[in-house]
Formats: sequence, C-alpha cells, structure tokens
Amino acid sequence: MRVLLEARGLSKSFPSVRALDGVDFTVRAGEVHALMGENGAGKSTLIKVLTGVYQRDAGDTQFEGKSINPASPRAAEACGISTVYQEVNLIPHLSVAENICLGRQPTRIGMIRWGAIRERARKALARLDLNIDVNRQLSSYSIAVQQMVALARALDVSAKLLILDEPTSSLDEREVAELFKVISKLRDEGMGIVFVTHFLDQVYAVSDRITVLRNGALVGEYPVAELPRLHLIAHMIGKPVEEVEAMSHPHRDEEERLPSTPFMSVVNYGRTGSIQPFDLAIRPGEVVGLAGLLGSGRTEIARLLFGVDKADSGEMQVGGNVVRINSPRAAMRYKIAFTTEDRKAQGIIPNLSIRENIVLALQASRGAWRKISRIKQDELADRFIKALGIKTPGPEQLIKNLSGGNQQKVLLARWLATEPNLLILDEPTRGIDVGAKAEIEKLIASLRKDGMAILFISSELEEVVRDSQRVLVLRDRKVVGELIGDQITERAIMNTIAAPTPEGTAA
Amino acid sequence: MSMLLIGHVVFWLVYAAILFVWRKQRIFWPLLALALLLLFNQIFTPGFFDLEIRDGRLFGSRIDILQQSTKVMLLALGMALVIGTGGVDLSVGAIMAVAGAVMAQLVVMHQCSPTVAILAALGVALAAGALNGLLVASFGIQPIVATLILMVAGRGIAQLISDGQAIPFSNETLSFIGSGYFLGLPFALTIVLIMLGITCLFTRKTALGLFIESVGDNDTASRFSGINARLVKFCVYIFCGLCAGIAGIVSTSNISRADANYTGLYLELDAILAVVIGGTALTGGRFYLVGSLVGALLIQTLTTTMYARNVSADIAPVPKALVIIAVCLLQSEKVRRFFARLLPAKKQTG
Repeated sequence: MRVLLEARGLSKSFPSVRALDGVDFTVRAGEVHALMGENGAGKSTLIKVLTGVYQRDAGDTQFEGKSINPASPRAAEACGISTVYQEVNLIPHLSVAENICLGRQPTRIGMIRWGAIRERARKALARLDLNIDVNRQLSSYSIAVQQMVALARALDVSAKLLILDEPTSSLDEREVAELFKVISKLRDEGMGIVFVTHFLDQVYAVSDRITVLRNGALVGEYPVAELPRLHLIAHMIGKPVEEVEAMSHPHRDEEERLPSTPFMSVVNYGRTGSIQPFDLAIRPGEVVGLAGLLGSGRTEIARLLFGVDKADSGEMQVGGNVVRINSPRAAMRYKIAFTTEDRKAQGIIPNLSIRENIVLALQASRGAWRKISRIKQDELADRFIKALGIKTPGPEQLIKNLSGGNQQKVLLARWLATEPNLLILDEPTRGIDVGAKAEIEKLIASLRKDGMAILFISSELEEVVRDSQRVLVLRDRKVVGELIGDQITERAIMNTIAAPTPEGTAA
Repeated sequence: MSMLLIGHVVFWLVYAAILFVWRKQRIFWPLLALALLLLFNQIFTPGFFDLEIRDGRLFGSRIDILQQSTKVMLLALGMALVIGTGGVDLSVGAIMAVAGAVMAQLVVMHQCSPTVAILAALGVALAAGALNGLLVASFGIQPIVATLILMVAGRGIAQLISDGQAIPFSNETLSFIGSGYFLGLPFALTIVLIMLGITCLFTRKTALGLFIESVGDNDTASRFSGINARLVKFCVYIFCGLCAGIAGIVSTSNISRADANYTGLYLELDAILAVVIGGTALTGGRFYLVGSLVGALLIQTLTTTMYARNVSADIAPVPKALVIIAVCLLQSEKVRRFFARLLPAKKQTG
C-alpha cells in the first residue's frame, strides 16, 4: 500500500507536561488506521499537531512525499488533511448547505452563489449516500445526520486523509453501522482514514491497523489481525502482556455475612443513547465496583441512579419499595449520595468556604428554612476536617485554595454529613496524590464496615479489585459481565472487557 | 460655628471607627472611596457639610444624598441577590414606572385608598418579577435577554396604564412616603432600612443566602448537591421585582407624579453599578447587601457633588465614570498587588 502520511519523531511539550515524545505515525492510502490509548496518552495532541492546531516542537511530517508543517487547520485542509471532531463543531442555526461550504463559499464578483452552494452540498452528501434537504437548518437533524454533515464538510475539500476523532461517541448502534459503511466506502476509494475511539468493538469492526500511544510515547503499530484484544489493552494500560495474562488472584478477606435484602436494586434500568438496560442490586455493607474503559458507561450508570439523567426503561427499588428517582433531590430523599467525577465543574463551589461546602448537601436536604445553626456548622466542619484529615489552615478557607485530594475529601464530607445509605463514588481518586488515595480507600473500607452501600467507579483496576466485593464490567455502554468475590482479578476484568460480542462486531 | 465643627469631628471620628472595624471586610473599599469623596467635598465644596435642624428635621447636602439614593438602594438590594445567582435584572427601572403608574391611576381615577393603591402596585411588581423569574428559571433564557423584554415593554405598559400622560396626584399618605420625615430623617430611608433588615433576615438567618451564593458560584454542582436551583432563581427575581415596586412607589410619591417616561429611567444601570461597587462579582457568588447600599450612596454622592460644583449635566457622566472606574480598580486584587509591588520601599519601612 502507498504511504500517505509519515510522521517521524513528533514531539510537543506544554508548560507542565510533555504531551508527545518522539512519536512515529504512518498512514497508508486505503486503510483505516485506529489510534488507541488511554486518556492523556497523546492521541488528541498528535491529531492536533497533524492538523495544524498545535505546532510541533520537533520531528517531521511527510505527506505524499512532501514535507509539511501546517500552521492552521485551514493549511492542513489545503494539503488534503481533513478532520471531523468528537463534538459536532458546526453551526446549528445555519442551513446544511451553508455549514458544508462555510468559509469556502463559491462567489461571483464578491457575491455568494447560493445555487452553487446547494449543488455542492448535495454532491458532497450524495457521496455519503445521504439524501436530505440541504436548505433546512442543521439543528433540525439528529446528531447522527449532523455528524454525517460534518463528514461531508471534511470531504468537500478533496481530502486525501480523513481524521475521525471519536466520531461515534454520541451515536447509537444503528447509526454507527451507517457511519462504518461510509468509512469502508471511502477506504475503498483510496482514502487514508485515522480513527480515534474508546470503543474496542468498533476498532476491531472497522480498522486495518492499530497504533497505540501511552503517556505521549509510541508503544507500537500493529496490523489488527496480529493484535488480540487482551494485548491491545495491555499495551494501552502499560503492563507487559505476560504479566496481564499471568496476573495472580489477590488475597481477599473472607466474605463477610451481608444482609440478603439489597438496599437498592434496579431491573432492566437504562436510558437510550446513554446506557443499555442493566440489572444491579447493592446491599448494605457492600462495595460494588464498576470497571470498564473510559466512555464505557460507568458515569452514565451513576448519573442514572442519582437521578441526574432520567431512566427510560426499567424500575428501581429502594428498601423494597418501587421508587422513581428523576432528580438529585429525589435521590437524596432516599439517602443516596453521589460524588462526581468532574470535581471542578460538578463538585466544588469554589468561592465558598470549606465549612459551607461541607454543610451544603445536608442543608439542601433540610430545605432553606431549617438553617443549620452556625455552631452546628462549625462542629460538622471541624469533625470532618479531623476525621478525613483535610489539610487546611481552617474551616473558613475557600475550597478553591485546597489541593485536589483535600477538595475531594471536602466533597466526601459533604455527602457523609447527610448520612447516606448508598454512596456513589465516581473516580474519587482521580488526580490526587498517592497518600490521599490510600486514605480514601481506607475510608471506603471503614464506611462499608459500618454498613454503607457503596458504588465505586475507578479507572484504576487495582483499586476496583482491592476495594470491591462485586464488580460489574462495562463495555460500549453496556454491562457485559459481573464478577463476584474471588473471581475479581484485573485479568478477569480485562478478559471480560476484551471478550468480543456478536452484536458489536456485526457493526 | 463651634457646634458645626464638633459635628464634623464627630462625623469623621464615627466614619473612621467604622472603617477601622471593617478594615478586613470587602466593604472597606467602597467605604474608603466614599470617605475620599466626602473628604474632597469637605475641603473644596463650601456648604456641602452644612447641617441644619428645622422643625425637628435635618437639612443639608448629606441628607439630600440619603433621600435621593433611597431608590437605587432599594433596587440594589434586589439586584444584589439576582447578581448573586449569576443573573442580572435590567427591567427594574421599567417595573418602577409600571408600579408608579398603577398606584397613581388607582388613586386619581378610581379614588382608591393609598393602601389599596400601594398593595396593587406591589402586586403588579411581584407579577413582573415572577415573569422574569419564569423566563430565566423555567425556560432557561439568559437573564440579560429575559429581563430586556420587560425593560423595553414595561414602559409601554406603564404608558398604557396612564393613558399616555403623566398623572399628578396629591395625597398626604403618599407624599409622606416619598418626602416625609421620620425621626428627623427622610421616611424613605426607614423603608430602606426595613427592607435591608428583611433581606438580611431571609438570606442570613435562613439558608437562602448560602443557596443563592452556591447557585451563582457553581450552578451544576449546586444542583448535584440537591439545591433546587430553579426555585432559588425564581425567588430572587420575584424579590427583585418587589424591591423595584417599592422603589417605584417611593420615587412616584416623592414628586407626586407618575411619569411612564421618566420614573426609574436608567436606574437599572445605577443599581447594577451599586452592587458591583459593593463588591459583588457580576459572575455571581458572594453578594454584599450593605456594600450595595454603600455603592448606591457613592453613586448619589458623586451626582450631588457634580451638581454642587456646577458641572454641567451634559458632561457630568465623564468625571462620574472616572471615579467609578477608580473604585472598581481599587477592588481588584490584581491592581492592588500591582501597586503594592510599585511601592516596595514603603512596605519595608511600614
């Protein structure tokens, strides 16, 4: 196959981090090349360097035998490199035709030729077998169609290399299949396609070759047929394949007697486009872990159980009664608590004090009129600062001035103050130092002993394995397996993630 | 003469004491700015600090300032809460006009008692606030756009109510509200203090204040913590409407005339400015009620100063703007740090 793009030794540093470190990347004409890696592996940076969003610090890119260094996405487009980004970044209020031709409208003596625009848009869409009214506003179409329009826009500039950055993250299965048909067609026309995704099934369904990055460095390039899933995962998370395969069972405490009736159970609970229906029961004194790659639906489950998103199928029981939880307030009435993954956007109230941040959820559950007295507030704050070892000069310190780990502890305190029966922890240890991580894991264990039910989500498999009595494994927004007690090992989790499913590969 | 001197000394001693007590608070900076402005007048504007007692009432420029600033102070109380939630209410000036028109029309055309007229005016103001709240909280329209609707339409509504002309009226009760005296001071000031008391009570003795600041600081996180963010926003717009209604009643009663065109004209901008001068960030979060009142006083003092110094009304906004920029810069941490770095020698010796 003819080599289309060949990058050698690409490096890119940001003030605090070396995002790309001498990465080689080769794309041939007529292949679909998957770019894989965990978050922060450097996939986005690599793409942004290739498409001119960032300027490389070192290295060289050859495109069709010529050395290029695009200074902007427009310059990259002029070379023949087009990109479709994860989020549709078109303009919703313009028509489909305008979106496709925006910035390169055919003109005659400075006047836009609307007829030509519509004609061109229709042609570009026809190439994708899409027949829609190009005069209608873009936002009147589904996300999937908008994604196709974005693709048509990318193809409109006689692209030779097409980069798809997580194009499927907001599509359902049928729409993904539709997209893959188009991708295959473009490949057969001789286009080079770079495909970035978190969905393993999709990688194996559509790609010819895989390049794996980790921590900004190249791990390797493999033909799909020669890279079993387990190996791919091992490469992505940075463990030798042998170690992953030979991973031993960790020592596990003797299974304590748990009450047989669950605190909360859901049956066939799901939400279209977010998480496929799943069953889950969680007993007091039990830690249930959710494992899966990023974007596999872990957070979606948490949001559903806490009422941030509303379920559109299934039913939930709390303490044996059927309940409907369609808001965080409703969840809190049933003594459910949720610390979010995104501390900054969804957790802390940055300009309020530690004390105020701690009492917030308890106060919200009491309502505005029954104010917690200042004395009680100070007691609560002092108690949790001591109990969780929050490092701060005092309770009146603004939470934004604390380190990530201490902010996380304050958020834990906020929910512990409401004395929940079920605590949902979404990535409680992300981005905090090792010491704080250990403390939070210790806390989880002691809360469990006190009879709290805990749903624990973490990207770090070791933590999930260490802390959980039961683990649900997720892939592609679907619960694909459940491991109990001694079955819980990193290897078992990875095997479950990697096991192909017939529906997935059919796409 | 010596009495006058003693009066000045007492005034400045009390002011200095207040500044000292609040030296670590946010309110220190607007208070300091106000002090500088007053000091300027003390030195350069003859007669500015004169204070007379006639018929048991106080007269003087400072009393005029208090009387004149009551409208903006009332608006600023409601506006502070709205801005605290990260919103803004542009319609308060128009709501003042509507409330004034309703009150005057009821008194003049329908011979209603002042109590009924006032209650009706307040009812209309509450409804206007509720409309704003509905648009912002339930329909998720950006506050600046949602309240722009009433800002523009409100004056039209006021014109409709008053049949397109100013309505003069004479009513003892109403003129007492607008220009009467209570305990030697303008009665409107009493209304401001009562409203300040009520607002403090509701925001600091209940958890409403915490909820407002929390919603303004991080809306998503607040909802995730179980706060009914929509209800909180809805309530502050209603309260802001109520404050605007009271301001409209005070303003209309003060001149015994309801004028749909001029009642409360541009006062929404003064109110926003007063809140910002008071230390509340337009991005929401912590709000400062007393600070907002000081902000309103500062704006009025500026206006009165211009007037007293015969600055023509046409160019008065220019020096006014300069002073306000200075006050805002004074509050900025960055600017203060910048100046602190410029004066390292002073810091070492001090």
